[in-house]
Amino acid sequence: MTELNMMQTVQIIVADLKDKPGSLLPILHAVQNALGYVPPETVPTIAKELNLSRAEVHGVISFYHYFRDTPAGKHTIQVCRAESCLSMGGKELENHVKTTLGIDYHETTTDGQFSLEPIYCLGNCACSPAIQIGNDIYGRVSTATFDEILKEKSA
Amino acid sequence: MSITLYVPCDSSAVSVGADRVVNAIAQEAEKRGVEIKIVRNGSRGMYWLEPMVEVVTEKGRIAYGAVNASDVSSLFDADFLNGGSHALSLGLTEEIPYFKKQQRLTFARVGITDPVSLEDYIAHDGYRGLKNALEISQADIVKHVSDSGLRGRGGAAFPTGIKWNTVLNTQADQKYIICNADEGDSGTFSDRMIMECDPFVLIEGMTIAGLAVSATQGYIYLRIEYPHAFEILNTAIANAYAAGYLGDDVQGSGRAFHLEVRQGAGAYVCGEETSLMESLEGKRGLVRFKPPLPAISGLFGKPTVVNNVISLASVPIILDKGGDFYRDFGMGRSRGTLPLQLAGNLKHPGLVELAFGVTLRELLYDFGGGSATGKPIRAVQVGGPLGAYLPESQFDTPLDYEAFAALWAVVGHGGIVAFDDTVDMAEMAKYSMEFCAEESCGKCTPCRIGATRGYEVMTEIVNKRDLDKNIPLLRSLCDTMLNSSLCALGGMTPYPVLSALNHFPEDFGVNVEHNAA
Repeated sequence: MTELNMMQTVQIIVADLKDKPGSLLPILHAVQNALGYVPPETVPTIAKELNLSRAEVHGVISFYHYFRDTPAGKHTIQVCRAESCLSMGGKELENHVKTTLGIDYHETTTDGQFSLEPIYCLGNCACSPAIQIGNDIYGRVSTATFDEILKEKSA
Repeated sequence: MSITLYVPCDSSAVSVGADRVVNAIAQEAEKRGVEIKIVRNGSRGMYWLEPMVEVVTEKGRIAYGAVNASDVSSLFDADFLNGGSHALSLGLTEEIPYFKKQQRLTFARVGITDPVSLEDYIAHDGYRGLKNALEISQADIVKHVSDSGLRGRGGAAFPTGIKWNTVLNTQADQKYIICNADEGDSGTFSDRMIMECDPFVLIEGMTIAGLAVSATQGYIYLRIEYPHAFEILNTAIANAYAAGYLGDDVQGSGRAFHLEVRQGAGAYVCGEETSLMESLEGKRGLVRFKPPLPAISGLFGKPTVVNNVISLASVPIILDKGGDFYRDFGMGRSRGTLPLQLAGNLKHPGLVELAFGVTLRELLYDFGGGSATGKPIRAVQVGGPLGAYLPESQFDTPLDYEAFAALWAVVGHGGIVAFDDTVDMAEMAKYSMEFCAEESCGKCTPCRIGATRGYEVMTEIVNKRDLDKNIPLLRSLCDTMLNSSLCALGGMTPYPVLSALNHFPEDFGVNVEHNAA
């Protein structure tokens, strides 16, 4: 996407949502849904339209784990680190995922295919351990099933 | 005549292949020229049996599970469409002991109906509570909720009726109902199930709350980790608007109630009500000082009811059957039922709704079937990541707010996570500090600095360095966090840490006799 298109997209989103009470989070969600991240160069536009300072908008973006200011890989893999998954081999799965992808949390593979993020509970605790890729959720994930899922997603 | 089958659309069922099973059944039926209708219901909550397929027969719904796509052809061979016998047969769903032994009030429809079908909801006693609420005074609605003894199911257990009464009696031009659906507590999934499997019960509960206190706008603050719930809620809300159950004139009463879902953005602390309101206002989720109470000055400075999903979803049955009906379940000052979530290392994890008073042991063994690995259950964390760890010697404690408080533990949101004897409790304590450091909003020092220092001290302890110095340091740090944090995040992180240390000192390299609290 060219920078011009990017700015236009953001302007349309802001114009559409800015009259909602407490509109900043809905706007940031819409921007991230459209662009995959919240580009730092769009912050001044968002701030101006909402009559906020750039620092305030940046502060909100950086406060929430979900918002990102750099593009993610094609697929974002979220591995649950919470207690229920830990009790069912989550640590081994986590190590396997990191080794297989060759990256740590908050990193993206060099081919741009996968980003890895930790997550604290997917509400899938009765089917632990769990991971999520995009909006697809997976339960009772073993190292072997993870390899299969990865193959599917790489295809 | 076509045969009706049920396969859940619940995200946990989907996570283990429910969608693949639906496709396989549809294809196989077409191949064999059989006419079928597949309804995507919610989950019954027996997750070790998911994906569970139910077939409607003259005798009732017959279940098969856990079904893999590769089992489908053999199910057809066994004539499962007429309830035929198969290795995966479970018999009549409602006769499965795990399900039959429950007391489902809030979850009465979960797993039975199509979540987004308003017709189904009404056919199964839905919107009867609202009908009654429209015929009585606001004070009487609040009285039913007070009489029921309902206490906040999010974890704090504050009496819901008192909260509503305060908002009712505070004058303002605008009031709000907020549903706290930021179910961030690990080991819990009852909110997710209600939103994915019976969203109308939440919508009805919020509408009743709005009528009770004169609030015309409701927000469901939903965590970003629940994309399926987001879709289902939005569909259900659109259906409720279309049928006049939401809008400017709820069921011709002339009274308005509007509802919108807002997504969080991955901050655990936003499950704390004041932080949640900051987030809804479009700000960083920093915890506010109290007072003022949200009931007096909450969202945008207006009187606001903030209730958990389960609290609000329990309101329709209270208004339908009366406060006394609900109060007759339970024990002591813990009235009604609690949807318990059995999670972690258990053979039969799932959702169990029961009256307060059931013991942990019954839940872990009679329902949970013991550990999944077959090893002894060594520790159980109750009430999410800020809940205490309980050892085997405390498994006979009844689920009751006061009984748990007496053990320096919490019932919280009813999540129960079991660990077998391979668990290292010092590692779990270290994890609790790491989690707190990761999720602290940063406003108060005991939490912001304390959690980071706590993680460092726990790292030293796990590596068995300077235990004589580090164990007292950890206790002192926990004491500070416990007594001077602004909210429960910093204030309750010492629960898992100290309970692990007190009950499992050997994992910390501490001599039991020298581990005086």
